[in-house]
Order: sequence, then C-alpha cells, then structure tokens
Amino acid sequence: MFALFSLALLAPLPAFSAAQEIKLDRAPVELRDTVSLQRGAKTFINYCLHCHSASYMRYNRLTDLGLTEQQIKDNLLFEGDKVGQRMTVAMRKDDAREWFGAVPPDLTVIARSRGADWLYTYLREFYRDDSRPTGWNNVVFDKVNMPHALYQLQGAQRLEKVEVADATGEKHVEQKLVLAEPGQLAPLEYDRLVGDLVNYLVYMGEPSKITRLQLGIVTLFFLGLLFVLAYFLKKEYWKDVH
Amino acid sequence: MEDQPKSEIMEDQPKPPPDKAKRRFLTIATGMVGGIAAVAVAAPFVSSLMPSERAKAAGAPVEVDIGKIEPGMMISVEWRGRPVWIVNRTPEMLATLPKLDEQLVDPHSMQPLQPDYCQNIHRSIKPQYLVVIGICTHLGCSPTAKLESGDESAMGATWPGGFLCPCHGSTFDLAGRVFEGVPAPVNLEVPRYAYLSDTRLLIGEDAKGA
Amino acid sequence: MSKLTGLLNWVDARFPLSANWKAHMSEYYAPKNFNFWYYFGSLALLVLVIQIVTGIFLTMSYKPDAAQAFASVEYIMRDVPWGWLIRYMHSTGASMFFVVVYLHMFRGLLYGSYRKPRELIWIIGMLIYLTLMAEAFFGYLLPWGQMSYWGGQVIVNLFGAIPFIGEDLSLWIRGDYVVSDATLNRFFAFHVIALPLVLIVLVVAHILALHEVGSNNPDGIEIKDNKDPQTGHPKDGIAFHPYYTVKDLVGVVVFLALFSAIMFFVPEMGGYFLEYNNFIPADPLHTPDHIAPIWYFTPFYSILRAVTYPLFGIDAKFWGVLAMGGSVMIFFALPWLDRGRVKSIRYRGWIFKTALTIFVISFIVLGYLGTLAPTRATTMLVQILAVIYFAFFILMPWYTRIDPVKPVPDRLQT
Repeated sequence: MFALFSLALLAPLPAFSAAQEIKLDRAPVELRDTVSLQRGAKTFINYCLHCHSASYMRYNRLTDLGLTEQQIKDNLLFEGDKVGQRMTVAMRKDDAREWFGAVPPDLTVIARSRGADWLYTYLREFYRDDSRPTGWNNVVFDKVNMPHALYQLQGAQRLEKVEVADATGEKHVEQKLVLAEPGQLAPLEYDRLVGDLVNYLVYMGEPSKITRLQLGIVTLFFLGLLFVLAYFLKKEYWKDVH
Repeated sequence: MEDQPKSEIMEDQPKPPPDKAKRRFLTIATGMVGGIAAVAVAAPFVSSLMPSERAKAAGAPVEVDIGKIEPGMMISVEWRGRPVWIVNRTPEMLATLPKLDEQLVDPHSMQPLQPDYCQNIHRSIKPQYLVVIGICTHLGCSPTAKLESGDESAMGATWPGGFLCPCHGSTFDLAGRVFEGVPAPVNLEVPRYAYLSDTRLLIGEDAKGA
Repeated sequence: MSKLTGLLNWVDARFPLSANWKAHMSEYYAPKNFNFWYYFGSLALLVLVIQIVTGIFLTMSYKPDAAQAFASVEYIMRDVPWGWLIRYMHSTGASMFFVVVYLHMFRGLLYGSYRKPRELIWIIGMLIYLTLMAEAFFGYLLPWGQMSYWGGQVIVNLFGAIPFIGEDLSLWIRGDYVVSDATLNRFFAFHVIALPLVLIVLVVAHILALHEVGSNNPDGIEIKDNKDPQTGHPKDGIAFHPYYTVKDLVGVVVFLALFSAIMFFVPEMGGYFLEYNNFIPADPLHTPDHIAPIWYFTPFYSILRAVTYPLFGIDAKFWGVLAMGGSVMIFFALPWLDRGRVKSIRYRGWIFKTALTIFVISFIVLGYLGTLAPTRATTMLVQILAVIYFAFFILMPWYTRIDPVKPVPDRLQT
C-alpha cells in the first residue's frame, strides 16, 4: 500500500522540476570570514549602492565585520553622512523607471529571496546582447533590465551555441559563455570578488545569523540538562503508579 | 481478556513508599534550572524594550556651527528630541554670574548635572559659550529665554538675565543655575559636548564617549 | 507556613482558588495509561502562550500600514534589540501550532476521542481549529511580502465564488477593490485582538468540557465505570497533578528542544515556515511565478484545485470552494459518522485501520501536492486522493459497522 502511494507520489516530480532547470553554481558563503565580508561590503558600496538601496541596513552595523565606526566613516561613508544612517540611494524612483524600465529593487534581503547560489551565478553570467536596450542579457535572468554593473572588472562575455555529443553519441546544442573582451580582473579574481560580494549580501540579509546559531547551541545544551532532571523527576513520581 | 486478572493483581501489590528526600531534591533542582530558563527567556523580551538602533541613530551626537551666533544671542538645536541651547554670552553677562551666589540653590554646581569639565562658575568649557539642555528640572517644560537684564526682559529691575519657565515660574540664571524660591529643585542639565574646532561643536559626545 | 495558609483561607473565602486547583489539577483523575499521543494537548496550550506573549512584543514595533509594514518587520529583525529572536519565535510558533494541533486531532481519530460522551469536546476543538486557521490567515498578511499579499488576494477571492453575493462579500472583506492598506489594517485588528480573545474563550470551554466528562485513553475505556467504592475515585485514574504535570514537563522540554532547533538553525524550514518570496515587498502589479498557501493549508488547497469541472450549470470555481469548505467542515460530523462498537484503534478491525491509514496518507500527499504548481498528472492524482479523502468520512457509517472488532477489556491495559 505504502509503496504504491510513494510511487504515485514520486512519478510527477521529475516532470515538475525539469521545467525550470537552470544550473546554479555554488556560492562560497562563509559568514565567519570577516575579511571576505569586508571586501564584499566595499564592492557593494562602490558598485551596487549607486542604483540599489539597502534601506534596512545601517552603516554602523558593519561593526559586526570587525570594522570600527571611525573606519566606516573614513572608508565607506560619503562626506557628511552619519554612521547610524541607513544605506539609502540618492536616485529618484521616477528617474530609475525612466532609465532602466524598472526601479532597482532594494537589496537588503535579496539573498533571502533569491538565494546565494542564484546571485553568485547571476552576477557572473551577463553577456552581450544587442537586441536588449542596455546591450546586456543574463543566462539566469532572461531579459533583465539591469546592465552589467561589474563590466569593467569582468569584461564582456558572449553566448555561443555549441553542438556537443553526449556519451550515447546523441548530438544536442548547448549554450556556452565565452569571454570576448577581458576585463581588469582575471576570471578567477572576478569569481572571488563576486564570491565576497555574495557572502556580504547573505550577511546583510540576516546580520544576526551568527548570534542565532551560537545561541541555538547554548539553548539546546541547556534544554538537555533540563530534560535529564525532568526525566528523573517524572520517573521518581511515577513509581507510585507503576 | 486474559490480561484482566493480571492488572487486578498489579493493583493489589503494595507500592514502595516514596523516597521523599529524593523527590524534594529533584523537584527543587528542576525548579531551579527551570527558573533559570524562565529568566533567560524573559531577558530578551525585557531588553527588547530598550532604545532600538533607529532610536540610537536618531539620538546620535549633533554637530553645530556656533560661529554665526551674535554676542548676547542664543540658538536652539535638537538633540535626542530635546532642545539644546547655545548662548554666546557677552563679558557683561559673564560678569553677573559671580554676584548671584546668595540667590542660588546650587551656585557651585555640586549636583552632578554637568560633565566634570563644566563644573565651574560659568558651567561651560569656554566661558563665552553656554551649552545647556533647555528642559526645566521641575516638570519638563522648556523655559523661555530672558537674556537681557532688568526691565528689558520685563522681569523687574533686579533681574540679572536668564531663563523663565512659563509653566510654573521657575527661574534660572545665565549659567542655567536655578534661583531660590522657585519650584525647580536643581540646575539645568549640561550635556556632554566637545569642540571640534573653534566654531564647531559636537553635542552629545566628548572624548570619553557618549 | 501558617501565614500562607491564612492568606489562602482568606482568598478561598472569597474566590474558589483551592476548589479550582483540586477540580482541575490535584483531584482531576486522568487515566494512567496516556501514551505519546497525549502530550499534544498541553503542548498546544504552551504554543498558544508563546504566540500571545511574542505577539504582544511584536505589536510594539510592527506598523499595520501598507507603506511601512514590510520595513517594520525588517526593523524588528535588525534594529530592535533581540527583535529577530522574538519574530522567529512567533513565525516558528505559527507552524508548530499546526503541527501540534494536527497531531492532537490525529490522536482523536486513533482512540475515538470524539465519541459519546465527548462530542462537544470535539466540536469545540473543531471551532478552535477553524479560529486558528483564520488567525493564521490574518497573521500571514501582516509581513506584507509578496506571498502575504497574493495569498491574501487569492483566499479573499475564494469568497467571490459564492453565487449572487460572492463578489460583494469579498469586496466587503477587503474594504477595497484589491487587498490594500484598509485590508491590512482590519486583518491586523482581527489578528491581534478579536481572534485571540475567541481562541482563549474556546480553549477554556474545551478544557471545561473535557474535565466534565473526563479524558479518554488509548484503550477507549471509561475509567469512571470502575470506581473505588471507598474513595469514589476511578481505580485506573491518577491525579493530574503531580503525575501528569511532571510527565508533561518532560514532553514540554523535548518539544522546546525541537522548537529551538528549528528556530535557531532553520527558521525558514526550507521555505515552508518562512517562504523565500515573502522577503520581497508586496507588489500589487506583479504576481510571483508560483504561489501556494503556507503548508498547513495545502491539503485543503489541493482539494480546491481538484475540482475542474462545472456542474449543474455552475462553474468549477464554486464547486472547488464548496469542496474545500466541505473538506474542513466534515470533521464536525465525525462523532455521528462513526458507528463502530469500540472507540480505540487497539480494538478496531482491519477495515478501520486500513481506512485511517489511507486517509492519513492521502491527507499528507494532498498537502504535499498543494505546495507544487499543478500539472496534468498531479491534478489527476489530486482528484483521486480527494475522492479518497471524502470517502473516508462518507463511507464511515457503513465500514465502521461491519468492521470485525476485538473484545474490549473493562480495565486499562498498562
């Protein structure tokens, strides 16, 4: 009976997941690596924060990453901004809609909705597409409105169709990204830069995550102790019953 | 059905008497550990009521340009939702301060209502500039400036210049010190502050912190 | 000590404190053979307390305003000291409430706890369940993310399927032409005050009704039929306090460990407790690609989607809504549908055991399929499972009567 039902249950599954098959690369997320997070924060502020806000995040929260308020003030803030201020953006929403066709989304919790792997793949898979108004398209986000903001660092990729034969000898067309013009960074350096940036985006999505995990371990140990006591208390009283 | 007699037999078996000491020990131990757990759970709820990061950011130190205050005039800036007055006192105004000892409750600022560096006759870092929180120490109204002496402030001929609280008539001198015989019990509060340059003040923070 | 006794006497002369303590705790005699399934009643009460306390603290920082709601939740998660912990307690608690309540209801099915004389306990329990569903639905709108918004939109539109008055009814519920600030505000009022009050009243009624007739047990035997002639207490009963208070305490600690493990390590629970799309602020102009209700509603949502044919000249939408409503409401009839000669699964025959197993499997599979986007194959499967779901109830008077039951002993088997 169970077997029959589990078969019936499993049958429709592959049909569903095949429909939206996009291969995502694994993002190197390590929230305890503060050096990577600091580099990511810097990239975020230099490249993303011109158009995207992170309006629930305060600059002084970056003290989590081992920076002092003075360092934040000196290196990451615009002249005259306060360290307790949120990461807002000067661009007006109407201008943005006119320039990009959409308001760039707020990025504070983007890692919680999109996931780190998606962001990591997305930021590395822009390619030249002259049919788009911006001249750019993206493998994981077709017809994206955003131009390739890290273009100077990565360079420009082109999407090429190649015919490949698989193990059975059957031929099919695969899409492949080719670096057409190199950028300022070598491909591996660029991957590391994006990795740091995504690491930072994950941190920013939930700054209290490290505290949360640590507190969880303490709580479980404590409940373990309470369990032992409660268990023997119950056993002692239930001697009357059994 | 065969089980039934068995359970009857179990019923009739004499039970061992309870080990009272063990029970008491386990009850107290469980109660204490449970109590610690309850306090540990209550703590984040209680501290969640403290000022949030937003409130702290809004209450951050304020920078003020004092270069444009004319002698004998004052400006008011907001810090943590309260008015902070900055008075550019003239030499004549400063000259009134030492003469008032007899009329004041606390002429030497013995009450800790100012940072150590402001516990002096003029209650400020530089004698010229008074920095004081403009909230009456009686019930929290904001007093009115009556800076000019004598009848020009409509305070009577002997008025040396200072502040009058409109709510209950408390009066303070030009160093924010409270006069005797008014409802306000103590002097006006002086916040921590520091000079960033000759003309720029940082209110709410000094070298020692906020 | 005598001072304390004096105070107690003073209170007792004015308020039945000791009397209530005795009636509901120290001299409430419960069957001595409660097993694993009997933890979930007290655990449901625990989760109710967690939800009320965390809810009060969240209300202090949340803003029921379409322009500020999403930001205020992030404000709680970041700027309020320990706000993230309180919010995760509440979001984890919401899902755990349904986990506990579903297991509590399943216990009722296993041991026939809805049977005479406990029909009213079951009905009050079902009212609690309905109120809880409404409470969860109203609360789900408050974070004002994409899933909140579109989930709210879809569920309110379900009322639009009712002939003649439907459209006006959903307009009245929303107070606007789409889900909007007005909707958010009234849902907030229902979520934080109206329904919690109803819940508390119903929970008190549930416990009072239970303590009036006494608890059922895994044997389905009435312990009150076998009283000790000297004491007048049931021979197979033990005082709730201290025996079940210490036993439930063990259950509470284990439950809190599970609760904490989820809350601290996987608060999103893979997108089932906190959905990924709900981290995108509500956008009335753009529906997410795939929307599904939160997991505890999905079995009923599947049944809604199972109906794809118009009938008697009325469209499929209406029949879908009717089937969904019916799939919840049919639980109310359970005490009268079950004609079995025994209460507990221990003495039932193979027919009921098979029926219950198939029902539980179809409930779980329906729930799982409700989280997926529909395809032709799944729609087919859902239709079969929906028929099984209803057959469990509709055929119950027949198959419980012919079920070959085992003889029931007259004392508890421990």
